[in-house]
Amino acid sequence: MLMSFETLVFYMFAVITVFASLRVITARNPVHAALFLVLAFCTAAGVWMLLEAEFLAITLVLVYVGAVMVLFLFVVMMLDINLEQLREGFWRWFPFGALLAIIMVFQMIWVLGNRQTAETGAQVIKHAANYSNTKELGRLIYTDYVYAFELAAVLLLVAIVAAIALTLRRRKDARSQEPDKQILVKKADRLRIVSVVVENKENKSQ
Amino acid sequence: MTELMQYLQNLLGVAWLPVWTLVKILVIVVPIMLTVAYLTLAERKVIGYMQVRIGPNRVGYFGLLQPLADGLKLLMKEIIVPSGSNRFLFVSAPILALMPALAAWAVVPFDDGMVLADVNAGLLYILAMTSLGVYGIIIAGWASNSKYAFLGSLRSAAQIVSYEIPMGFGLVCVLMVSQSMNLGDIVLGQSGSAGLLGWYFIPLFPIFVVYFISGVAETNRAPFDMAEGESEIVAGFHVEYSGMAFALFFLAEYANMILIAILTAIMFLGGWLPPFDIAPFNLLPGIFWLLAKTSFMLFLFLWFRATFPRYRYDQLMRLGWKVFIPLTLVWLVIVGAWMQTPYWLW
Repeated sequence: MLMSFETLVFYMFAVITVFASLRVITARNPVHAALFLVLAFCTAAGVWMLLEAEFLAITLVLVYVGAVMVLFLFVVMMLDINLEQLREGFWRWFPFGALLAIIMVFQMIWVLGNRQTAETGAQVIKHAANYSNTKELGRLIYTDYVYAFELAAVLLLVAIVAAIALTLRRRKDARSQEPDKQILVKKADRLRIVSVVVENKENKSQ
Repeated sequence: MTELMQYLQNLLGVAWLPVWTLVKILVIVVPIMLTVAYLTLAERKVIGYMQVRIGPNRVGYFGLLQPLADGLKLLMKEIIVPSGSNRFLFVSAPILALMPALAAWAVVPFDDGMVLADVNAGLLYILAMTSLGVYGIIIAGWASNSKYAFLGSLRSAAQIVSYEIPMGFGLVCVLMVSQSMNLGDIVLGQSGSAGLLGWYFIPLFPIFVVYFISGVAETNRAPFDMAEGESEIVAGFHVEYSGMAFALFFLAEYANMILIAILTAIMFLGGWLPPFDIAPFNLLPGIFWLLAKTSFMLFLFLWFRATFPRYRYDQLMRLGWKVFIPLTLVWLVIVGAWMQTPYWLW
């Protein structure tokens, strides 16, 4: 009973993922396409959750749906995309896209059709409720895969430094505030009290 | 009680689990909705008194029926869908705003073991759910087909993404200290003979402050209510909404406020633990202490709104990126090093 329910949930998620992915590339409106991509991420996270990979599933929602796609939508909403122009390029790029698709299909067949993966990977090992997926993942990352992990971290660091360096270039026409200087300003620096001689009525009437 | 449960279990058979879960969900959601309703009244009263006014006092004694009157009024109003708007997204945006605000409550523990879903990755789940709330705002702004609404949603998107980072780092500190992502275990990690000295707000004081302020920014509350900004962009993302669709945005905002308040209480102020583990304090039920701490944090939300003027947009970004993120990063390293020394007492 329980197993069949899980299978049902899996197929539900799988069908929605495939449908949403198809709509990402067929939707006419780019904002709709981005929202369908969000839906695809959410259902993919659901499938991962069924594999008991709760850390990865929630991180997928947190990072991709909660941050990356928000910025993506942010950009897409402001664009005025001309669909006609986009469609013109379709046949020109078609061979390249088809080649990529074929390579990806072969890679998947290679990994999933491999006897070793087929024998061990198909069996999901059930763990007790107190088994912490996150702790195991952390342990693996910092022991067996520490070099790959550190390499990825350095790569991200380089990207951060590059992004900051690109935006922090000095521009003559840009004006910015310096809050530390603003805070240090005293009344005497800005305000000058001038004593004005008040004219009396008698002077005015003359 | 157990006999009754046993009887119902036999009666319902397979349907028992869904029905029982639904009952538990209702037991959480209905009080939240009532709290939201009365939080609006409390806000008007508190701000009123802070500004030497009385606040609502006409409907019922002390204005106690005011939230119900407001709710009824909004229910009767027509929902106007602007022409040129995207109808489906326009209607679904308020739902998308409210849904994650309520879904996050699934992992919130109210007392020892009193939790709907006792999941291991509770902290991560909370972070993911609070980050989803921004979709309601972005989609509302875009689907309204209005300049002001769109500006509001753009501001909100940038703001929420920025303030999520210090919040995430804050949660990483809590995770390091408590060695667990389960919210119940986080509270139990703060228990001990020392009472309130064992709570995490002492070793993580800067994180506690940053987390709460980021929470205020994340819920789009004053002084960070750039997404609404009445004086600049009329009402921001919900300018085109009316009736119940408008009310749903408010429900989401207040539900998020209560969520941030209760999470701060759970992670930094010892959750349901009494401040001193001695006779008059530990006789009270744990949920009383949790709600008392939550109410205090909620009062801070209202106090902020009555006290501070709205931030300017560039100052808001500066506070998030140049003050909070470096502060949390530094404290993360300090806590990590501190935990390796014998002077770590928590």
